[in-house]
Amino acid sequence: MSAPLSADLAQIGKSVVIKGELSGSEDLYVDGQVEGSIALKNHSLTVGPNGQIKASVEAKGIVVQGKLEGNVQASDRVELRKSAVVTGDIATQRISIEEGAYLKGKVDIQGKADKAAGK
Amino acid sequence: MASVTQNFMKLFRGSSSNTQAETAQPAQKLTRRSSGLGELSRLWEQETPLCVLDLGSTSPANIRFFTERGHKIYSEDLLVASTEPHLVTKDEQGAIVLDSRRFLGDNLQYPASHFDVVLCWNLPDYLDESLVRPVMGRLWSVLKPGGMLLAFFHTKDAGPDSPCYRFHIVEKDTLEMQRIVMRREARRGPTGAIHTAVADGFRLQRVFNNRHIETLFRDFASIKFFLARDNVREVLVVR
Repeated sequence: MSAPLSADLAQIGKSVVIKGELSGSEDLYVDGQVEGSIALKNHSLTVGPNGQIKASVEAKGIVVQGKLEGNVQASDRVELRKSAVVTGDIATQRISIEEGAYLKGKVDIQGKADKAAGK
Repeated sequence: MASVTQNFMKLFRGSSSNTQAETAQPAQKLTRRSSGLGELSRLWEQETPLCVLDLGSTSPANIRFFTERGHKIYSEDLLVASTEPHLVTKDEQGAIVLDSRRFLGDNLQYPASHFDVVLCWNLPDYLDESLVRPVMGRLWSVLKPGGMLLAFFHTKDAGPDSPCYRFHIVEKDTLEMQRIVMRREARRGPTGAIHTAVADGFRLQRVFNNRHIETLFRDFASIKFFLARDNVREVLVVR
């Protein structure tokens, strides 16, 4: 599957390995390896089918097709596609999980009131 | 007692081989009533958010069921986790076993008295023998006092080729059962390693009788049996 092309979409290809803190103010598509942390406050992260993330992730929306190891905080929604392998806790307002996705961790659906209270 | 139990547990191990045709079948979904789940359902409706641990295959339906009701759900597929090749070791007699210490170092890492409910489903019947008691011991410790655990056990009439199912909650006392068909991704396990022992799917490892089940849960405060029509006993235990 190729990444959707968009002027506001940054892409990390499958041969790219990044270690450290990753932050940005545009949507991000990762098909490579990232280790550390990812913060995209008001934007979305898509982990492609070849993507391997070992990081805590904070974003507005998170779509996972590959591997993600780390805690996930999404202010809007999380989508785990059928090929997703996620190890970590998920905190979000909405979640969709396709049949076949693997999850080892907690799912915590947070309402806006919960988020405001920092629960 | 232990050797008697071990001999009995060997009843079905390796008794017949699964067929490619069976594993190639599509994952059909069946529906069954669950008295144990019905008993637990009184908990779901209460206002206080619960902490629930689902030890079956990741089930979108179960995650939706609990999160819609304001509860927290933890998902951990212990059967798939038990297929990690690095767990394979030898015991003092040289027999191949799975390293339970390592397994518990990688899985079920929760604070003591953390969960209100553990959904064990059919895990004890399909889990490798070397892991069953250590896992049950850990589940006792992560359950809150008064917390409940639901498990299903085959009767001897079920036969050695009873398929391994995953369970989706569709109503308060109704489950949808979906036969586990091993896929490439599942065989690889969460770390990506391939484990050939489960290439044909998970096999029924043993049949517990009532006394064995009582022994397995001897540290729990109470145990309740529900006999179902499909050669399965449902067991609800309270810590």
